Amino acid sequence: MTPRTVLRRLALTAFLSIATAFWALPLLWLVTAPFDRRPGLTVSWPDWTLENFQRLAENPYAFSSLKNSVILAGGSMIGVTILAALAAYSLSRVRIPGRNALLYGLLLLSSIVTGTAAMVPIFQLMFSLNLIDDRSGVILVFIGGLLPAAIFILKDFMDATPKSYEESARVFGASSMQVLRHVMLPIVRPGLATIAVWTLVNVWSDFLISYILLRDPAKIPAGVVMYTFYSEGGQANLPLISAFSLVYALPVVALYLFVNRRYGFRFHGGIKS
Amino acid sequence: MSAATIDAAGLGRRRAMLLVAPALILITAFLVIPALWTVYLGVTDYRLTGIQAANPQFVGLDNYRAALVDPAFRNALWLTLVFVFGSAIVGQTGAGFALAWTLRSVPKIVRTVVQTLVLLAWILPSSIVAFLWVAYLSRDDGTLNAILHTGGTDWLLAHPMLSIIVFNTWRGTAFSMLLFSAALGAVPPSQLEAARLSGAGTFAQLRDVVVPHIRGHVLTNTLLISLWTFNDFSPYLLTAGGPNHASEVLPVFIYNEALYGGQLGYGSAISFIMLFINLVIALFYVRLLRERR
Repeated sequence: MTPRTVLRRLALTAFLSIATAFWALPLLWLVTAPFDRRPGLTVSWPDWTLENFQRLAENPYAFSSLKNSVILAGGSMIGVTILAALAAYSLSRVRIPGRNALLYGLLLLSSIVTGTAAMVPIFQLMFSLNLIDDRSGVILVFIGGLLPAAIFILKDFMDATPKSYEESARVFGASSMQVLRHVMLPIVRPGLATIAVWTLVNVWSDFLISYILLRDPAKIPAGVVMYTFYSEGGQANLPLISAFSLVYALPVVALYLFVNRRYGFRFHGGIKS
Repeated sequence: MSAATIDAAGLGRRRAMLLVAPALILITAFLVIPALWTVYLGVTDYRLTGIQAANPQFVGLDNYRAALVDPAFRNALWLTLVFVFGSAIVGQTGAGFALAWTLRSVPKIVRTVVQTLVLLAWILPSSIVAFLWVAYLSRDDGTLNAILHTGGTDWLLAHPMLSIIVFNTWRGTAFSMLLFSAALGAVPPSQLEAARLSGAGTFAQLRDVVVPHIRGHVLTNTLLISLWTFNDFSPYLLTAGGPNHASEVLPVFIYNEALYGGQLGYGSAISFIMLFINLVIALFYVRLLRERR
């Protein structure tokens, strides 16, 4: 090895060690503190116990907030997947006037009208529709916001499917809705899974929309409860917070592992997935 | 191609439009109308409570005029620029590219470990990672102070902007890393090899071989992460804009003014400015996307 390669190796190792430390250190707390008998803010080798999870089970808000998150994420996922499938199929197969302009217009719109930029009018709209503190209202907001990108992703999958399948199904006398249900949907299942998981993760992780639209402590989801656990004055209840963060984080990690194993990480028009 | 050959399922135009309609209605209700409503609210003196709540008056461009001279708004705009430049353009692009470049030539196990850590930071819910950082940076027994031997430094109070910039770099680098990994995978190895054999160092290889190939990706990446960072609300979870507005980026400013302070009209005018900036960035992006198809 020449001195130059040695130097390069050293620089590479140094850089990757620093990067690993930089990304790992803040995350460590999430794996040590929940199992520590007396969790502090510092990362330390835990004095093993499962007591914290027992305390978590006793906290009324922890459980109800996770249930609310399931409702919000599940409802949005069902809505987005069904509506996006119907729309994407039609847009992929039928030459509706102004189709391309519509698609790009929608994508443009959804990247401009973000939850942050539109929080005032969204709050205002839901306020006048009397949908503040209403979980189905929040689900509708999520569906509306996530649909354009979902349609865009799913249309790509539909476009890639050969039309001969549908044609032969038609020859055998299937109606067009049967073609959609029994031919198209099974073929684009990876696409459906992609947008379903993408919606789940987005809604499950959301903070802002639920924070501004839900006030009733019995209705707020895990993301908001997590924030109230540590932002409200007084001594932070670390045993509760640590166990709660881990339980709240696990579904996202599990979904990620599932998607990564099954389909690998891919890019769809640069949409965060 | 005629319409008949495309419409293989025999859906017909009318039924197709019927199937698109539910999606369009929801998108109109929750994306189009809020956007238009911002324009309307922005020219009124609407407030959450008081007389103006029941009977808002048309005030023309007063809100915009007020914004332009409002030191708090100008402060927020400036901090947002610093935040986007520091954490997205420098932090995420730089770290993302460096990771993508270095991880090509390491054993698979190293690559998997580093990529998983970076991805975890990206996919975990924001209120969790925000608390992880609150704990990490905490004054009395935060892990960072223990490592750096800087006990007693309250990072979020003493260096709020630096804290949220480093935090957002940590949080969002995964996207740039993945995008650049994919882009670097498409650079022909033979060209890199040829450059190396002719004695080009890492820097020369990057400049002459890699950059010309990934220029489009760099642009896409920069536009998207700038847009996301610009609209990122997580600084609120770390500092809530404080101390004393020192980290009040635009999203947090809008929340504090409009929803916390109740000035919906003024908040809408600021929202409109934000929507407009988003539009400019997104137009660039969509144009890029269309060119590549």
